[in-house]
Amino acid sequence: MADINNFLALMLQLSVPIVLGALCGTIAERGGIILLGVEGLMLIGAFAGVAGSFFTGSAFAGAVISVLAGAFAGWLYALFCLKWKAQQSVVGVGINLFASGITAVMLKAIWHTEGMSDSVEAFSSFTVPGLSKIPVIGALFYEQSPYLYLMILITAAAWILFYRTKYGLRYRAIGDQPYAVQTCGVPVNRYRYIAMMASGAIAGLAGSYLSLAQNNLFVTDMVAGRGFMGLAANIFGGWNPIGSLGAGMVFAVAQATRFYLTDFEIPSQIVQMLPYVVTLLILLFVGKRVKGPEALGKLVD
Amino acid sequence: MEAIKMTGIVKCFGRVRANDGIDFTVNEQEIHCLLGENGTGKSTLMNILFGLYHQDEGEIFIHGKKAAISNPNDAYELGIGMVHQHFMLVNQLTVLENIIMGKEPGGLFLNKKKCEEQVSGLVEKFGFKINLQEKVENLSVGMRQRVEILKTLYRGADIVILDEPTAVLTPQEVDELFKILRQLKKDGKTIVFITHKLNETMALSDRITVLRKGKVVCRCNTSETDEKELAAKMVGRSVETVITKKGQIRGGVVMELKNVRLLKKAQETVSLTVHAGEILGIAGVDGNGQQELEALIIGNKKMKEGSLLINGTEARKMSVKERKKLGIGYIPSDRHKNAMIADFSIAENFLLGYQDKPQYNSHGFINYANLRKDAQEQADRFETKLAGLDQPIGQLSGGNQQKIILGRETSHDPSFMLVAQPVRGLDIGAIEKVHRTLLELKEQGKAILLISAELSDIMNLSDRIAVLYEGRVSALFENGEYTKEEIGLFMTGKSAGGKNS
Repeated sequence: MADINNFLALMLQLSVPIVLGALCGTIAERGGIILLGVEGLMLIGAFAGVAGSFFTGSAFAGAVISVLAGAFAGWLYALFCLKWKAQQSVVGVGINLFASGITAVMLKAIWHTEGMSDSVEAFSSFTVPGLSKIPVIGALFYEQSPYLYLMILITAAAWILFYRTKYGLRYRAIGDQPYAVQTCGVPVNRYRYIAMMASGAIAGLAGSYLSLAQNNLFVTDMVAGRGFMGLAANIFGGWNPIGSLGAGMVFAVAQATRFYLTDFEIPSQIVQMLPYVVTLLILLFVGKRVKGPEALGKLVD
Repeated sequence: MEAIKMTGIVKCFGRVRANDGIDFTVNEQEIHCLLGENGTGKSTLMNILFGLYHQDEGEIFIHGKKAAISNPNDAYELGIGMVHQHFMLVNQLTVLENIIMGKEPGGLFLNKKKCEEQVSGLVEKFGFKINLQEKVENLSVGMRQRVEILKTLYRGADIVILDEPTAVLTPQEVDELFKILRQLKKDGKTIVFITHKLNETMALSDRITVLRKGKVVCRCNTSETDEKELAAKMVGRSVETVITKKGQIRGGVVMELKNVRLLKKAQETVSLTVHAGEILGIAGVDGNGQQELEALIIGNKKMKEGSLLINGTEARKMSVKERKKLGIGYIPSDRHKNAMIADFSIAENFLLGYQDKPQYNSHGFINYANLRKDAQEQADRFETKLAGLDQPIGQLSGGNQQKIILGRETSHDPSFMLVAQPVRGLDIGAIEKVHRTLLELKEQGKAILLISAELSDIMNLSDRIAVLYEGRVSALFENGEYTKEEIGLFMTGKSAGGKNS
């Protein structure tokens, strides 16, 4: 039983950045903006978190700074897409490249090193005695960080906002038929700016999880495809917050399995490949069946 | 009192004066038709009234009060609602959600019950038959239009503008729409009806304003005018609105389509034959398999079952190029996507699809001398207005583009013409030319398959008419055997019931 809980706990730990990344995609793309830049936004968040913690000496302050940095990057992203009308996929790729470059440069500027920052104050995982012994559910309380509960909270909040409020109704409609919503007198671009900032903030949070909860330092390009995995999970989950949560868990299983396969005589390269292969396969088989927002990439004046 | 009064409206797009000093008034509680050809500034004028555009000059008065309308919200505040030509609906949402969008009752959280109460009150008051919980994507075009009208009413509009509302409707749906509009008028609403169709104008309106080239050319009461006068005002010269067909000399089978499935959900396959010297018209509401029929015959879509014979040769597995070599001339429904490259010159566009012809080919290089000679010849034959063969085709009007394409596709002596939506977006003059050309081709003994959403075109030109409904032929008959209303019934799914199918 302990084995199952260990595995599930590991899966939950690994799911946090992927699910949060998927939520970024869901939040931005439900409103019609193609968000290929999750990876870059997360990287910016990861760096800002470590830098924040380094200068303030507090992991919590670091996390807050990563959220603010992510929101700012999301706002910039939105400016490029909405105000200057740049091609959205190109902006996404641009943000990813920019993030990789700027974090490496800043790393050098602050710590005078390459590849890795100094260690900083980070969150430590905690185990709730007793509760963690409950089969299956106990995994939720075994070596987890506050991020896990925040992730569940954000997922629920996003779902309620999307499907139970009038702003959610309008926002979902914007992703399918922005002109229709504009004609109803709803300021489409204002909704999109806010969504992009929220999306950026969540990406920043996801990044800080990698650098302040899973690690206690920043490593160049440490996001390592989790942003793209999140995007894939968003598609797999049908552009729905709950779907993103579920799909993110599936990817996390693939990630967690990786750690258990090391005992067998499988070349480590193949084991390392697993989550990415699963991503590809899922996109191949499920990707074409789910229907995304109809107006992805379409702008209004 | 006047519900709407617009004076001296000027609106320029670049160098084009879309509205050139227009005075437009509509009385309260009347149905007013704004008549004019495509591109004469009707929609521009109404978009100004609805706050989507801003006039460069001129003033607007609503119920006698001067109004500044800078966005649709302002328009709604003044009681103006608009139903656009392209519906502004969100397909994945329900009818109810679409109607309340942007003006949801209650606070942050949606209260489904409250919404439903408010909207169903309206639905009953005006006698709309509609299911509020249905998703919009499952609705027919006519029903979607009702949702649009309900949207304006829900927002408290007492002036309702409809932009070309009948373009996509079956004759029955048009009747229903007219009933609804008359009911609205009775309830005190003012209706502005934008159209280019003369018969509808005569049937529905109280008063008419005719626009030509951005100016008002006629204002009159409907009871004091007739179709012929209006047509002359619209075009600026007298036009023959109905072209008479000559008797038919039907030859052998040129195109034969056997057991082809148009839509996945279709219950039956489709078989059609077109003979030399006849026009087979395909009637039907858009989206019932017309696009698939077109793509399957020309080869843009793979034919999984059935067979296609062109002049007796099996073409099912052939590429588009091979099929065209069998003698197919093709006028695509989507001109901009499938018939031309907007930024290329007229001469280059004339080559499109015929680049292998020996006369345009000298040792692998394009023979521009021959190409320009032929292109000029065809352009002259169709009286195309152009600055020169090197002008990008995208700069021409839709009518002139279509003439170039007609010239190209008919100049290589095809035996079978696949003609889809040939007059979509054209003005009356160009429509007349297209119609004449098709009848000429028929007299020359070409076999023509004519797919068109305009029922009147189909009825005026075709020798036989097949009606498509949900991917099957719901009726097939000789022209003249059925009335417009009967064809309309088949278009909405009445089965052929043993008649000539």
